[in-house]
Amino acid sequence: MSESTKSNHTSFLEYKGKYRGILGWILSTDHKRIGLLYLYTMLVFFSVAAILGLLMKIQLIAPGHTIMGPATYNAMFTMHGIIMIFIIVVPGLPAVFGNFFLPLMIGAKDVAFPKLNLASWWIYVIGILIVLTSQFLGDGPPDTGWTFYAPYSFQTPANIVPALVGAFVLGFSSILTGINFVVTIHRLRTPGMTWFKMPLFPWTLYATAWIQILATPVIGITLLLTVMERTLGVGIFDPALGGDPILYQHLFWIYSHPAVYIMILPGLGVISEIIPVFSRKRIFGYKAIVLSSLAIAFVGYFVWGHHMFTSGMSGRALFAFSFLTFLVAIPSAVKVFNWVATMYKGSLIFQTPFFWAVSFIFVFMIGGFSGLTLGSLATNVHLHDTHFVVAHFHFIVFGGTGFSFLAAIHYWFPKMFGRMFDASWANIGWVVFFAGFLTLYLPMFSLGIMGMPRRYYDYLPEFHAANILSSLGAMLMIAGAMIIIVNLVRSARYGKKTNEKNPWGGKTLEWQADTPPTLENWEEIPEVTEKPYEY
Amino acid sequence: MSQEKSHISSYQSHVFVLLALLALTAISVAVTTLELGRLDTLVAMLIAATKAAIVLVWFMHLKFDNKLYAIFTVLVLVVFLLVLYVTFFDYSYR
Ligand SMILES: [Cu+2]
Repeated sequence: MSESTKSNHTSFLEYKGKYRGILGWILSTDHKRIGLLYLYTMLVFFSVAAILGLLMKIQLIAPGHTIMGPATYNAMFTMHGIIMIFIIVVPGLPAVFGNFFLPLMIGAKDVAFPKLNLASWWIYVIGILIVLTSQFLGDGPPDTGWTFYAPYSFQTPANIVPALVGAFVLGFSSILTGINFVVTIHRLRTPGMTWFKMPLFPWTLYATAWIQILATPVIGITLLLTVMERTLGVGIFDPALGGDPILYQHLFWIYSHPAVYIMILPGLGVISEIIPVFSRKRIFGYKAIVLSSLAIAFVGYFVWGHHMFTSGMSGRALFAFSFLTFLVAIPSAVKVFNWVATMYKGSLIFQTPFFWAVSFIFVFMIGGFSGLTLGSLATNVHLHDTHFVVAHFHFIVFGGTGFSFLAAIHYWFPKMFGRMFDASWANIGWVVFFAGFLTLYLPMFSLGIMGMPRRYYDYLPEFHAANILSSLGAMLMIAGAMIIIVNLVRSARYGKKTNEKNPWGGKTLEWQADTPPTLENWEEIPEVTEKPYEY
Repeated sequence: MSQEKSHISSYQSHVFVLLALLALTAISVAVTTLELGRLDTLVAMLIAATKAAIVLVWFMHLKFDNKLYAIFTVLVLVVFLLVLYVTFFDYSYR
C-alpha cells in the first residue's frame, strides 16, 4: 500500500520500505511478511507447548509422582491446550499460508485490507501476552483445561481471568482475518478466475473464514460471561445462583466444534493442492471437493452436542446430535475418496510434500473413524473423558492440522524463502516424526478402551506398559520435530538458492510469480483461462 | 469497483432511524409495566430484533446495496436461528 514498489525485482524478503530492520517487518502491511510473522510467532509458542506436552508424557511414564504432582500437571495440560488451540492451530494455516498464498493463488496484489491484516497480527500478539500473564500474576496458573468448564472455572482459586480475556482477544484476530479473506476472495480474484476456476486451498479458506466470522463471537461472549460470573457472580452458569452449567457447555461447543473445522478445513485444502501436483494428474472431482468443504462448514455448526453426551442433555437432543455427527463424516470421506482417486494411475513423484500429504490421509482416517466411535451414543458413554478422546483429538488436530501444516511448509518453502530445503534431512525428519506420532498416540486408544481417564497425573498399574510405549513415542516424535525444524530454519538461511518459479511443476497461480515473490507479487496481473490442475 | 454507484443517505433518514430506535427503546421500557409473565422475554426480544433490523436495513444500507449482501445477511440469520433452535431443542425435552 503506502510502501510503494521501488524496484520491480526485489523480493519481499529484501525490499526496503518506510521502516528498516525489524520495524520493516512488524509494521509491514505486506501479506507475505505478515504470514511469516505469524509463522515465527507460532514456531516459538509451538515449541513451548510441545515441551509442556513432553513433560506430561515423562510424568506419565510411570504411575505416581514421577517429575510433577497433580497441581502442576493440571496447570500443564491447561497451558498446553490453551497455547496449542488458541495460539497455534486455530490461527494456524489461514494466518500463515492463507496470508502468504491466498493473494498469490487468486492473482491479487495483497489481501483486501492490508492494514487490518497487520492489526490482526498485533491483536494476536496482545492476546498472547494477556494469556501469558495468567502464568505469573495472581494465585497460580489456570488449572481448568482449555475448556474452562463451569462451574469449576469460577470456583478455582487459580488465575483464570487473564486466560479468558486473552482467548477473547485472540478471537478478534481470528474474526478480522476471516473478514479480510472473505472480502479478498469476493473482490480481488484476477480476471478470468471465476469461482469454479479458483484453486481448492482458497476455497477452503473461504469456508473457514465464514466459520471464523460466525462462530468466534459465540466463544467471545461465553468467555466474557464467565469473567462476569467469576468477578460479579451474575448467575448465568452457576447452579447455586439459578444458572445452568450445561448452558456453558452448549455455548462453548457452539464455537469449539466449528473451531475444529477452522483448524482442519485449510489443511484439507493444502492436501488437495499437493496431491494433484505430485500425481501429475487433474484433481478428481473438483466440484465435489468444493461442495464438500462448504457442506462441512455448514453441517459442522450443528454437531457440537457430541461433546456433551454424558453431561445430562435430553435424550432427543443426544439422538439428534449423534445423527448429525454421522452426517458430517460424509463430506470428509468424499474428500479422502477424491484424493485417492486422483493418485490412482497418476505419475507419483515421491518427494517430501507428497510424503506428508499421504501420511496426512492415513492419520486423518484414523482420527475420523475414532471420531465416529465417539459420536455413537452407546460407545461414547464408555469412552467419554478417557485417553481414547485424547488419542482421537490428537489424530485429528495434530495429525490433521499438524501434518498438513508440515506438508504445506515443505511444499511452499522454495517459494517463500527462495531457497531449497535439504531433502534427505526433511525425509529423515518425516520418518522419525511419523513413527514417533504413531507410537505416541496409538497406545492411547487402547488405554482409553481399558478405562484410563484423561487429565490425571497418575494411573493404575495395569496401564503401565502402554504408557511407557506412549511416552517413548513422545520422545521419538519430539526428536523428529527437532530434525524438521532445524532443517527448515537452517535451509531458510543457508539452503541452496533458487529462483526457479515452479520447482514442483504446479499449475496454480502462485507458481507463476517470482521466487521469492516481489512486494506486490505481479508485474502484470495474470489472466486465467484454464481450470486449476489441468495436467 | 468504481463502476458501482453508491447510495448516499440523507440526514433525514438518519434522524428517522434515530427517532425510531429511541421510540422502540421507550416502548421496551414501558412494556415491562404490563406484567406479561412468560411473554416478557419474547416481547423484549421482538422489539430488540426490530431495532436491529432498522439499523441493518436503513442505517447500514442493506436496502440500497448489492443484493448479495442482503442474501448473505439472511443466510447468517438462518444459521443463527438454527443454532438457537438446536440449543433449545435440548432444553424443551429435558
Ligand atoms: Cu466436535
